[in-house]
Amino acid sequence: METSRLRLRFVKTDNPPVWVRPLIPVLALVVTFILTSALIFWANANPFETYYHFLIAPLTNKVSALEILVKATPLMLTGAAVTFAFAAGYYNIGAEGQLFAGAIAAAGLGVAMKEVPAFITIPTIVIAGFAAGMLWATIPALLKVKLQVDEVVTTLLLNSVMGFIVSALLNGPWRDPNSGWPQSPEIGASAIFFKLIPRSRLNLGFVIGLLVILVLWFVLTRTSFGLKMRAVGLGKPAARFAGIHVGRTTLIAALVSGGIAGIAGVAEVAGIQYHLIGDLSAGYGYTGIIIATLGSLNAVGVFIASLFFGLVDAGAQTVSRVLGVPVYLGEVTQATMLLVALGFFLLQRYRLRRM
Amino acid sequence: MYIVDMLGITKTFGELVANDNVDFQLRKGEIHALLGENGAGKTTLMRILYGLYRPDTGIIKVAEQPVEIHSPKDAIANGIGMVTQHFALVPPLSVAENIVLGNTDGFVVNRAVIEEKVGAAAHRFGIEIDPKSLVRHLAVGQRQRVEILKALYRNARVLILDEPTAVLVPQEVDALFETLNRLKADGLSVIFISHKLHEVTQITDRVTVLRDGKLIGTVDTKGMSQSQLAAMMVGRETFGVTRKDEQHQQQPVTLHIDNLCAKNDQGMPALTNICLEVKAGEILGIAGVGGNGQKELAETLCGVRECASGSIQLEGKELIGQTPAGFTQAGVGRIPEDRHEGMVGDLTVTENLALEHLNEYTRSGVLDHKAIRNRAEELIRQFQIKARPNDPVRTLSGGNMQKVLLARVLSRDPKAVIVPQPTRGLDVGATDYVRQQLLEQRDRGAAILLISEDLDEILALSDRIAVIYEGEIVGILPAGEATPERLGLLMSGAVKEH
Repeated sequence: METSRLRLRFVKTDNPPVWVRPLIPVLALVVTFILTSALIFWANANPFETYYHFLIAPLTNKVSALEILVKATPLMLTGAAVTFAFAAGYYNIGAEGQLFAGAIAAAGLGVAMKEVPAFITIPTIVIAGFAAGMLWATIPALLKVKLQVDEVVTTLLLNSVMGFIVSALLNGPWRDPNSGWPQSPEIGASAIFFKLIPRSRLNLGFVIGLLVILVLWFVLTRTSFGLKMRAVGLGKPAARFAGIHVGRTTLIAALVSGGIAGIAGVAEVAGIQYHLIGDLSAGYGYTGIIIATLGSLNAVGVFIASLFFGLVDAGAQTVSRVLGVPVYLGEVTQATMLLVALGFFLLQRYRLRRM
Repeated sequence: MYIVDMLGITKTFGELVANDNVDFQLRKGEIHALLGENGAGKTTLMRILYGLYRPDTGIIKVAEQPVEIHSPKDAIANGIGMVTQHFALVPPLSVAENIVLGNTDGFVVNRAVIEEKVGAAAHRFGIEIDPKSLVRHLAVGQRQRVEILKALYRNARVLILDEPTAVLVPQEVDALFETLNRLKADGLSVIFISHKLHEVTQITDRVTVLRDGKLIGTVDTKGMSQSQLAAMMVGRETFGVTRKDEQHQQQPVTLHIDNLCAKNDQGMPALTNICLEVKAGEILGIAGVGGNGQKELAETLCGVRECASGSIQLEGKELIGQTPAGFTQAGVGRIPEDRHEGMVGDLTVTENLALEHLNEYTRSGVLDHKAIRNRAEELIRQFQIKARPNDPVRTLSGGNMQKVLLARVLSRDPKAVIVPQPTRGLDVGATDYVRQQLLEQRDRGAAILLISEDLDEILALSDRIAVIYEGEIVGILPAGEATPERLGLLMSGAVKEH
């Protein structure tokens, strides 16, 4: 009599099959499509057409395809930054603030080094941006390592502090004397990242992003420091017992993470905006957390996730332009997709069993 | 007439068959042992009866009526109570409050009323406990009594005790058995989960033996010898390791611990003036009831807990002030008490095996993955670890995890070995293996400090036995003079022998 009723049950499994991984983005897309269709109808547009412009159209012409890479650049960097910290079990939520620290360094030096040739200026501002991000990350990192203050709280709160610092700079000493806008003076030509492809916005920042991803991969998988970081991240007591300096490892991971986020700020100032503005980052530091999580804290995953987010970003603009739907629809879609994808990540650890 | 009748119970977890078509019958008014090695399926079967797991197939009858038990709430409604090894008590609350928790009659709790009711119940069941005292202030044995009273207070007619003696000193065990016999006389039925044979023969009326999830048989305890039960349990007649008697009387002292003091996590003194000497080729056993400073002693000797004062010398070299890595470098083989905290579960067997000696596999910062892998494969063979090199350690069984730790430490021929609770939670086969390894290390000439709450283990392996009580060494005896009774008195703090 029970046969007519199909009883299914979730069973937790330790090792999801390999083929599940590549399926997740596809499933996430399908479910997101279903969930957002109603909203798209409401905005008087056809869901299929919308999604075509969202996900396919940007890939069909060169200009928007390059724009995907431009959008992916800061995300690669912040994603790598967050991954570096998270892998060591240090939950750096402060990439946003560290990004601005790097941006301040780039905007300041970019103006000051106007007369210096590019081959000196560019490495200098990248290194200075790294150092500035690192410096800003030092505060919560030391609080964590020396006094066990929870880094999630401190890094997050310091983002707001950095917001005020930037705003103070832009409304005070750095206010553009010509326009009076709250933006810093334009950086010198020698500090501007050269274009990789003429008449596009794709610039040196993308190459730096790739390099950082490569370094991230190498450190995490090939070096003893990477193994120590992962040991600390996955099991602090065990790592300590095995003789690893947990404090030192955490500190280094936190600082390097801040440094990489700083480079993201440099790339936005020197590659895209050419001056410091309050809206420099569209929440890249926070999106980096999402990217690191979706990329399951490995370099290849981070790379793929940032390209995908770049695509959605570029697509959202196309959609609103072509179909006249609000640009917020893009944001809603992104957020929905994120929640759905995280849901699938959770679900992949279970299998459905017939009772 | 059976008060509980479990028929054809099967329960699987993925590939693992925890219970395979098991029948279990409990009579009214008997103490019934459920005997088996770790992993034999005893706890799973009882968790099914208590509604914590659902069986895949099988029928449960209580007092001859088929019942569906979906949750502990259903179990309690059917008069079934369970006391697990980890007590479900709220330490800052009083005994009475703990007992009525989740069982209050209304929204308002009147302290005086519940204290009186609980006191009356305690008196009725002959369980000696003050309902007003805070659980936080109670000893382990008393907390267990609170758990039993909690079940009885909810009108349990069947009481499941999961390894109740694991946390008790011999004297507390006697008190527990007295209580159980009195409850039995009142018509209560008790299921006594254990793998300790002498307790089973002492207290129970019947025994059901499980092995590898299968029912081996149910027998009357009377007329069964311990070795017959052991044979049913492990499927072979004899087990255990044999220790050659001390041959190293004149060996030099390898590990010298002098006036060692340390604090616990709360900053309270946990170790007071510990003085111990371990000779080369000797196993010094530290006996004691859990929570008397064993954890702190092991951690201090492993270099992961700061000591307040005193000295630890290995062959005359001072170790205090060294990092954990320094301890390893000096030749201390450090095996962590908690396997799960001693290894990183999400890293692979290979990575965990290399973790303590990364420097040896690193050239200018870059890991030599090939060397690490080769070493791991060698150790997996040598120590008979049932795992592949790339398996995450968390997927291993307890026995294989312990083998990974042993391999990491013992393969380097340490001068001294610190082993706290080396066989906790392991089955007989793995336990034998671990003990054999320790004896081999001893014969090789290592100085071994064995800290264990398992008195049988201490007696089986040690050349000398020290007893720790409230952070102090209260006596040191040669193995030949140590009897369980004498050690029990020392462990309970009743006497000191110096």
